[in-house]
Amino acid sequence: MHQAVHLCYQYFGKACKGLWCELQQGHFFNEYNMEGVSAEFNEIYLELKPDNLAKTLSILKSSTAVRSLKIKLTRKHSACLTFEIESPSQTSLSRLCTHDIPVAVLPRRLWASYAEPRMPQFQVSCDLPPLRLLRPVVERMRALGPRLTVSASHAGRLLLRVESDQASVATHFCGLRTHPAGHGQDQEADQQQMFEVHVDIKPFAMFLAGDQFHPAKAVCNLIEDRMLHLFLIHEDITLQYFIPACSS
Amino acid sequence: MLDTQEAEEDKQNVLVAKIDNVKNVSQLLKAVHFRESAMVVVTSDGLKVTVEDSKCVQANAFIQADMFQQFVLSEETLSFKINLSVLLDCLNIFGSGSTAGATTALKMCYAGEGHPLVIVLEESGVLTDCSIKTQLPEDIMEFSFNSSDVVNKAIVKSDCLREALAEMDVDCDVMELVFCPSPPRLQLSAVGAGMETKVEIGGDSELVELFQCPRTSSSRYRLAMMKLSGKPLAQSQKVSLRTDARGFLCLQYMIKTDDGHICFVEFFCSPEEE
Repeated sequence: MHQAVHLCYQYFGKACKGLWCELQQGHFFNEYNMEGVSAEFNEIYLELKPDNLAKTLSILKSSTAVRSLKIKLTRKHSACLTFEIESPSQTSLSRLCTHDIPVAVLPRRLWASYAEPRMPQFQVSCDLPPLRLLRPVVERMRALGPRLTVSASHAGRLLLRVESDQASVATHFCGLRTHPAGHGQDQEADQQQMFEVHVDIKPFAMFLAGDQFHPAKAVCNLIEDRMLHLFLIHEDITLQYFIPACSS
Repeated sequence: MLDTQEAEEDKQNVLVAKIDNVKNVSQLLKAVHFRESAMVVVTSDGLKVTVEDSKCVQANAFIQADMFQQFVLSEETLSFKINLSVLLDCLNIFGSGSTAGATTALKMCYAGEGHPLVIVLEESGVLTDCSIKTQLPEDIMEFSFNSSDVVNKAIVKSDCLREALAEMDVDCDVMELVFCPSPPRLQLSAVGAGMETKVEIGGDSELVELFQCPRTSSSRYRLAMMKLSGKPLAQSQKVSLRTDARGFLCLQYMIKTDDGHICFVEFFCSPEEE
């Protein structure tokens, strides 16, 4: 059984998960001890506010030197994720800083709604062009309108389009690597046919910000008229974004 | 795109212009982008893009035809009104920063009144096509500023004027511009709300390339309008200031584009009545 930490962020509170991220624990931690609910259900589900986590972790970014970080699940007045940050100090002793983030431990009966989302069946899957090229384009498109139309074909063509009462703008990318849909339709599939979905441009722009950790791979699965399923893959981290189609 | 297909489409257009580096165009448009709307007039000389405010200032960017690799105009003159913010967003679609090596090519097409301005941009094999609505042109102000009526003139380094303008306190309503012949100097002062900021630029200073001042002149302008003249300053190397007997001010900015073309933007401001 692989040992991983999963982050699941619900977007718009919809049943369709906004973000699903898997972090292989061996990549991050020297020591990893956990004991789940039982031997059979060896997992712990915690609910927390991402802002709290972000604030605590930002300290690690700004500090000049942090010796170690220990994360524990503790019970103070209520359940907490306790971060113990050890930094060197002027004296020979280390300085220990503790941050407590309140969490809610989710009972097993709720676990099913947080399961890893099944890969939705897509019409077309392709590698995205380099995010550093996509980012400025989508940022400018965002200034032009709130809705982005994404279309792709088996021939490796990707089209991003935005429309407003002032202008319509479309950017074409070609020669992208595509991945088989795997349900046996590819042989007959028209290579030129473009499959389309309309999404809110804001979450798409946010996804592109993932460029900052230089992912090895970025993939787009297009589920026509339903959803964009985007992946960022980097070493031992995978990030999955689910952007539902917006109501016209 | 097949050559024949492109040629067919080009025949339907009254304007087809191509340039290898879009920055040469976007730079000049950015210099006059202090309002959303612009009037565009196209002649065989090129494009003149006009932005106005409050019936007292007007900025014109001149995008010369000889900057383009191809400039085909099948009518004597064209004019339309367009949303300049949207146009700039499209021209800068691949990013407005300078990327090492990569340049973005631009093709502009216009089929005449009622048709949108069609823009195609290409960078590293990626194509973006934009269709921007145009409106009927509106009359632009005529400042009747003639070289023969110029009273005083100075050419200064843009940085120098930019710093001077920045000193003018925004709480003041009015800016006064004074040309003095002896000792030769240019004075900018902002008065209002019980305070005064004054900046003096010596006519003999190394920042002043030319100073022609036969007699003292003093004119006042709305400070908020003068602050708008700071937009083209940021893009230019030097600027000429000229006033006429009516007190109208004409600023002419010399801008060197990305590819080294020397281009001009002018800015007119009408004086405040005493």
